[in-house]
Amino acid sequence: MTKNKSFLDIISENRFIHILLSILLGFLVGAVFLVIMNLSVSAAYGRLINSVTSLKGFSYVIVYSVPYIVAGLSVAFSFKTGVFNIGAEGQFVVGSMAAVCTGILAGNLPKPVLIPLCFLAAMAAGALWGIIVGVLKTKWGINEVLSMIMFNWIAFYLSNFIAGIPAIKNDGSAEATKNISDNASLLFSKDFIKSAGLAPTANWGFIIAIIATLLVWFIIEKTTLGFELKAVGSNKFAAEYAGINVNRSILTALAISGALAGLAGALQVMGMGKRISIFTSQEGFGFAGIVVALIGCSNPFGVLVAGLFYGALMYGGSKLNLEGVPTQLINVIVGTVVFFIAISVIFENLKRFKSRSNRNAEAAAIKKAEEKEGNKK
Amino acid sequence: MTNFINTLGIILFATLAYSTPLLYGALGSCFSEVSGVVNIGIEGMMTAGAFTGTVIAYFTGNPWIGFLCGGLAGAFFGMLHAIATVNLGADQTIAGTAINMLGPGIVIMLAKVMFNSTDTIPLSATQKMPKLFSGLFDTATTFGRFMDNVFATYASTYLVFIAVLIVWFVFYKTRFGLRLRACGEHPQACETLGINVIAMRFACVCISGFLAGLGGACVTMTLSTQFKPISIVGQGFIAIAAVIFGKFRPQGALLGCLLFGFCSGLKVVLGGSSGVNMHLISMIPYVVTVIVLVLFVGKSRVPAANGKPYIKAK
Repeated sequence: MTKNKSFLDIISENRFIHILLSILLGFLVGAVFLVIMNLSVSAAYGRLINSVTSLKGFSYVIVYSVPYIVAGLSVAFSFKTGVFNIGAEGQFVVGSMAAVCTGILAGNLPKPVLIPLCFLAAMAAGALWGIIVGVLKTKWGINEVLSMIMFNWIAFYLSNFIAGIPAIKNDGSAEATKNISDNASLLFSKDFIKSAGLAPTANWGFIIAIIATLLVWFIIEKTTLGFELKAVGSNKFAAEYAGINVNRSILTALAISGALAGLAGALQVMGMGKRISIFTSQEGFGFAGIVVALIGCSNPFGVLVAGLFYGALMYGGSKLNLEGVPTQLINVIVGTVVFFIAISVIFENLKRFKSRSNRNAEAAAIKKAEEKEGNKK
Repeated sequence: MTNFINTLGIILFATLAYSTPLLYGALGSCFSEVSGVVNIGIEGMMTAGAFTGTVIAYFTGNPWIGFLCGGLAGAFFGMLHAIATVNLGADQTIAGTAINMLGPGIVIMLAKVMFNSTDTIPLSATQKMPKLFSGLFDTATTFGRFMDNVFATYASTYLVFIAVLIVWFVFYKTRFGLRLRACGEHPQACETLGINVIAMRFACVCISGFLAGLGGACVTMTLSTQFKPISIVGQGFIAIAAVIFGKFRPQGALLGCLLFGFCSGLKVVLGGSSGVNMHLISMIPYVVTVIVLVLFVGKSRVPAANGKPYIKAK
């Protein structure tokens, strides 16, 4: 019995629809919490939508999303190559610190030299942070999740330490670094921002995020390197048997993933941050990268869209206070989305439900037919 | 000499106080990982426990009810993780990440609604976790002060050391423990022997959440008097690190937690007085861990079936 795919078939087979359903359920759970807290659902979600759909609002969303997209690419790349880069957080922090130091100490260099230099410094720092973990794993067999957690904290305190060094520290009373030189800034010109009515922090970062997306896609899908890394990711032993140097692949994968996280850090400070404050707790860009990579199915273009979505939620969420809604609602929504993505097998099972009911219907029909036959006899 | 003994006493006190919450979290992590389920949601479960523990202690006035409810809040999130990973075969890392967002998200939102602030109201002395044996030692003498610092400590600290013993006993001396470990090594073999792998793992992940919740409640009921969004910043991950460090054994995790606790204690004592940079001192525990791993511990053997969803053969 062949027939056209039914609605349920499409839902149960399409990964993209699973993610959309998860997002829908996330907002649904958010609404339930709003009702429990006796707050207006329409006011909260209305504010969320209004704040990101104006031109200025949307330019904010793009600015917000840049570091999330690139951090998401970093984690997605690691997922593709079989490593779980929970260390993106630390790589992001050392990357942003390297960019800030370069942007302050070499501030006199002209823009076309300084900006690439800052990027390079950040990517080198991030890659180094990844490689250290890789060496610990390949040389001494130390669990990478464990050492990544350690290196997240080492990066955190290292950044705080560097922020206090006199050459870097803010001259005023602020517990932060100096601002980076204007030559290292990615901001659009002030006149352009004003005339176009964009967010005051609108910058070139998004273009770089798009280039990074294309590059990651190209490396993964179109190069031998990408093929080798994916092979190691899906089956280490088979890859080794096929003559791929597994240890070198792990190091390369961690270096690239780390460099991307470092780049994300650079984009954050050269775009909107300008300086780094002395942290009291981890800022969570790397952890957000994990979420973005998951929502984007570890596909570079998916990550681009997921990063924009995450940026929109973060920016829109910061406006929820105006309606008396706790901004943490956003974390609940995103957490629920990720939870449903994790259990998206339930969407696949929708089909089984249907086929079961179909089977029941068929069985009933056969039974009826049999009864009829019996009656005839 | 007197000074030295005093300082040593304070460091030991701080070591015990700081390792206690980590130990609860680490025991929780042990249960889950050894049964074959990766649980990086410990952090979120601890946050849920920290909030619930203080709030219930505040409203009931009884620290023990608060402490227990903190555990139950952790167990609730443990159950969510169990449903996702054990029953529905979800990717364990993804589900854990979700728990780490949901736990803090929900409780900080509740704090905002209940207290109109992200911080809860500080607990009074009687609502805090009580200290055992205080007043037993004569603090006028150096020795007495030392003993007072070390032994007149929070009841939750005594409890956790007993808990380590119990968990060790359960893991290695009971039938339940043998089955639990087997589920993490070869679930298919367990099933053929008539062990219900799904039920075992479900129970272990819930226990894991319960213990993590107790650990969270410890942070806000001993080290501090109130819940803040920064109450739990990374303790959950450190607890997981301690378990990997301890090669997935409760006694090993104990060593790992004491190491982290000792370094935190050192930080508290040195931070006030010496001229050494605070941030560099804070880095010590993490650097030391890596060095210890390279020099002495080496490769950590992960339970064979850890991280792999178990799908019952039809």
